[in-house]
Amino acid sequence: MTEDRALEERIGEWRSYFRRRQALHSVDVEELEDHLRSQVEALSEAGLDQDEAFLVAVKRLGNLDSVSREFANEYSERLWKQLVVAPDGGAASSVARREARVAIGLAIAAGAAIKIPELFGVRIDESQEDTLFYLRNMSLLVLPFLAVFFAFKRRLHTMGWLWLALPLVPAALIMNLLPFHVGGQTQVLAAIHLPIALWLSVGFAYAAGRWRNHDQRMNYVRFSGEWFIYYTLIALGGGVLVLFTVFIFDAIGLNAEPFAARWVIPCGAAGAVVIAAWLVEAKQSVIENMAPVLTVLFTPLFTVLLVIFVAAMIWTGNAIDVRREVLIGFDLLLVLVLCLLLYAISARDSQSPPGRFDRLQLLLVISALLVDVLALWAMAARISEFGFSPNKTAALGLNLLLLVNLAWSAVLYARFLAKRSSFSALERWQTSYLPAFAAWAWIVVALFPVIFSYR
Amino acid sequence: MNIQKDLVAASATPLVLAILSEGESYGYAIIKRVGELSGGELQWTDGMIYPLLHRLERNGFVKAVWGKSETGRRRKYYRLTRTGAAHLARQRRQWQVVDLALRGIWLTAVDTPSRP
Repeated sequence: MTEDRALEERIGEWRSYFRRRQALHSVDVEELEDHLRSQVEALSEAGLDQDEAFLVAVKRLGNLDSVSREFANEYSERLWKQLVVAPDGGAASSVARREARVAIGLAIAAGAAIKIPELFGVRIDESQEDTLFYLRNMSLLVLPFLAVFFAFKRRLHTMGWLWLALPLVPAALIMNLLPFHVGGQTQVLAAIHLPIALWLSVGFAYAAGRWRNHDQRMNYVRFSGEWFIYYTLIALGGGVLVLFTVFIFDAIGLNAEPFAARWVIPCGAAGAVVIAAWLVEAKQSVIENMAPVLTVLFTPLFTVLLVIFVAAMIWTGNAIDVRREVLIGFDLLLVLVLCLLLYAISARDSQSPPGRFDRLQLLLVISALLVDVLALWAMAARISEFGFSPNKTAALGLNLLLLVNLAWSAVLYARFLAKRSSFSALERWQTSYLPAFAAWAWIVVALFPVIFSYR
Repeated sequence: MNIQKDLVAASATPLVLAILSEGESYGYAIIKRVGELSGGELQWTDGMIYPLLHRLERNGFVKAVWGKSETGRRRKYYRLTRTGAAHLARQRRQWQVVDLALRGIWLTAVDTPSRP
């Protein structure tokens, strides 16, 4: 009967309305729904037609706010969003359990992979050459497992798996076959930039091959921020675990340090890469992202710092003392400002109008640019004195890369604040720029050794 | 009649427990019974009985079981536990003390209108 269908529709609406409240779990809503239906039946029998019966029943049930407030008083722990990693019952839970098994398996595999070179006699703390081997190949040993996790989770097509594997072979060849000078700059630079290059290729798996899609790129940025925070927390916890292990075994006269240094730390660090990714994915729709929260906290602090610095520079007239380390320092400053900007963008609703926080961010970007330009200018004056070593070129290249990004971002942001363009233009610029970082990373890994003769 | 909120709140627990002592029941039926007992004067907001029932369950006074209604719907039934029965007895004694005191004064004072 159409009347019943209309009633069912209304009850369905009512149900989704009630379900949205955090304090009410689905079992509670089920109980309330049963009550509602009994009430509707009783009122219908009393002579009201279905519409009226429904309205009266809903009114008698009580105002949603007060009911959920009562429930919240009762179940105050529900107001803390709890991450339920293994929900009980239903098809979704079996998927979640399978994912958990895959994640744990891959984490164990990553931990094992880190130890495999030992079978060939390469120990992590034995000689400088062995340590350098580990530095070079660390990301090659661990990140593929992360890529596999995402390829599996997103059901990447076969072609995609091939694309994923593609950069790994040349990377492995480059890192291990090229005649690097032992302890040379190019080797260290390649070792630092390879994880970045590979991280962006893991993004390919994350986006299920749709790497041109700007939303997917932004999602990957969000994922990266959360992953970093979770990894840091896990690392801190792991550090505490190791300290306790060494301490209590020492209390009974056993030295657990070699075991901790050779097994727990490397395997833990490798496995945590996959585990952190799994947790970030599991909590995705349940818990707020933490990176934007930290951004909101630190943006004002850094803005104040930079503005005072610029003012101090102007006031005292001190030029920037240009030494090699300074350039790297300013690179890091720009990276930091970019991260603050990026994560604020990732959390901002692109439809909302410009606000005070946006103005603050623009001030942050402009002051960082100003500081950087002054530093580069001071350095240009002494560039002939410096010469072009691999380190300096890499630092300079990164600086210019970030400068371009932040400069155009500032322009777009200013246009947005002047209401002459939309916020999504800024988002697009940031996501379009990501391949530039990947390209730069690969240049440092693959071309720098050749250009600088493996110095 | 508009009954004071405090009074409604205070009487809710003993009423619900006493109704459950008559036998197993569920939310809607309990509210109906309250209406019957008070002659329609006690109008509870329907939704509020469920947090109360959950709190009673948490304290161990009632036990909830999922069963089926006449139409085959899933329905949560509540029954009184032994702890609940003991608590009900305690509440009953307290209310009887209050009732005795009030009755004592009302029987003498209620029929005498105050005159200046």
